[in-house]
Amino acid sequence: MADTRPVPARPVLEAPDIARVLTRIAHEIVERAKGADDVVLLGIPTRGVFLARRLADRLADITGRTVPVGSLDITMYRDDLRLGPARALARTDIPGDGVDGRLVVLVDDVLFSGRTIRAALDALGDIGRPRAVQLAVLVDRGHRELPIRADYVGKNLPTSLRETVKVLVAENDGRDAVLLGTRDGAPADGPAGG
Amino acid sequence: MKRHLISAADLTRDDAVLVLDTAEEMARVADRPIKKLPTLRGRTVVNLFYEDSTRTRISFEAAAKRLSADVINFSAKGSSVSKGESLKDTALTLEAMGADAVVIRHPSSGAPHRLATSGWIKGSVVNAGDGTHEHPTQALLDAFTVRRHLAGAADGGPVPHGAPAGDGTGRDLAGRRITIVGDVLHSRVARSNVLLLNTLGAHVTLVAPPTLVPIGVESWPCEVSYDLDAVLPGSDAVMMLRVQRERMNAAFFPTEREYARRYGLDAARMAALPEHAIVMHPGPMNRGMEITAEVADSERCTAVEQVANGVSIRMAVLYLQLGGALPADSPAAAAGAPTPARTEESE
Repeated sequence: MADTRPVPARPVLEAPDIARVLTRIAHEIVERAKGADDVVLLGIPTRGVFLARRLADRLADITGRTVPVGSLDITMYRDDLRLGPARALARTDIPGDGVDGRLVVLVDDVLFSGRTIRAALDALGDIGRPRAVQLAVLVDRGHRELPIRADYVGKNLPTSLRETVKVLVAENDGRDAVLLGTRDGAPADGPAGG
Repeated sequence: MKRHLISAADLTRDDAVLVLDTAEEMARVADRPIKKLPTLRGRTVVNLFYEDSTRTRISFEAAAKRLSADVINFSAKGSSVSKGESLKDTALTLEAMGADAVVIRHPSSGAPHRLATSGWIKGSVVNAGDGTHEHPTQALLDAFTVRRHLAGAADGGPVPHGAPAGDGTGRDLAGRRITIVGDVLHSRVARSNVLLLNTLGAHVTLVAPPTLVPIGVESWPCEVSYDLDAVLPGSDAVMMLRVQRERMNAAFFPTEREYARRYGLDAARMAALPEHAIVMHPGPMNRGMEITAEVADSERCTAVEQVANGVSIRMAVLYLQLGGALPADSPAAAAGAPTPARTEESE
């Protein structure tokens, strides 16, 4: 029998931590991409899009140039579409100059099984041919089911499969945080466990 | 959303907004170098057409193909139907072939309902026009066109003529005044549009000669007028219906000239419309009858755009019905609630 007592989700990163982590990732991107002049940031909805926009702001501060930022919805490329009801789509918004010949940095909140990123790579292949694709995530919680790794990781967070990781961003959820809970006591959605 | 799409009345407001929002994303696929999505790979869509149709059939075919479904076109002409096969036997044949969805057009009102409710097939049934009853995907694409033009600006208002159509994602058509003119009696498009536009909050007025207004129209959620000139100044969109001569077996109006003079849209009448108003036509147009060439070719006329929007709408309907194990669940989507499964990928 599983322990059914609700365990409140506990924050592992708070707003200032997330701000520092994003700044560090922005510097890493500039360093690895040697100035980041051909970088395009594509966030994966929902929260990856907000993180991508914040990264773009930081890259602009560092390099003095605006960095194209967009969103890439992967819903129609998922491998688990037939396991549930049809899902509502999110916005795909590719910056005007496209992705051909550019360095695309995919941005997501949590890296888990790797299946989302597999879907994102397939989606990207239908949109253009980037020079290279890299991956930035706020949290890597392990348990990969595909040979995929992140190039930029905000925080490595070893978890058990019973645990849940929930990223909150101010633009969508009212505050910034990364919450670690358990499946039994995890808030269904929103910061109930605060 | 229900498993079948038989009537525009099957859609709640949230369902309808979900279809329009999904179509908005599908429309963006048309701008890509590779206009194809892998989403319905391995699914089979049968186009079962008992009645002539060009645009609806190729629209459904293009939609299914863009979603990577396998498409089987079945038209009554030159098939076993012309040898006397019944709808039931045809349906059982399609079921044996593993059809996941059947898109049906039939001259008899109610045929799609019969197909969906008789237990002959397990897949989804999409009504592509039945007799003089309904044509729900046409109503959806009309509502989509109206929304892009009249609620597409950033502030939710109308987009100027000639400018690229806007994006009304998440919005309905509350308060928009839409006038449907012409052969309402024989028009499945009119009935579906009245139901759907009303569901989306629009205010619909039908204008037609008394002989072309169906019996029982007083129970429809709309108003009826016989005077086009009185209605035009208060219309945000005017939808001209084709005069369906092939369904007319009696004298519904004295002469075509008189019909065109009283109920046709010409440049002078178009000038009486408000500045932002659009002119719509489901096609095929009878130029000189219900619409003059000058109006049909003006930038306020959305007839060609409606065809393009038809593909996006049909992609949205097929995706929402076949994309998952079950048809899409609209309330969660309509509330904009992010699915928890996004972060918990393994769910």
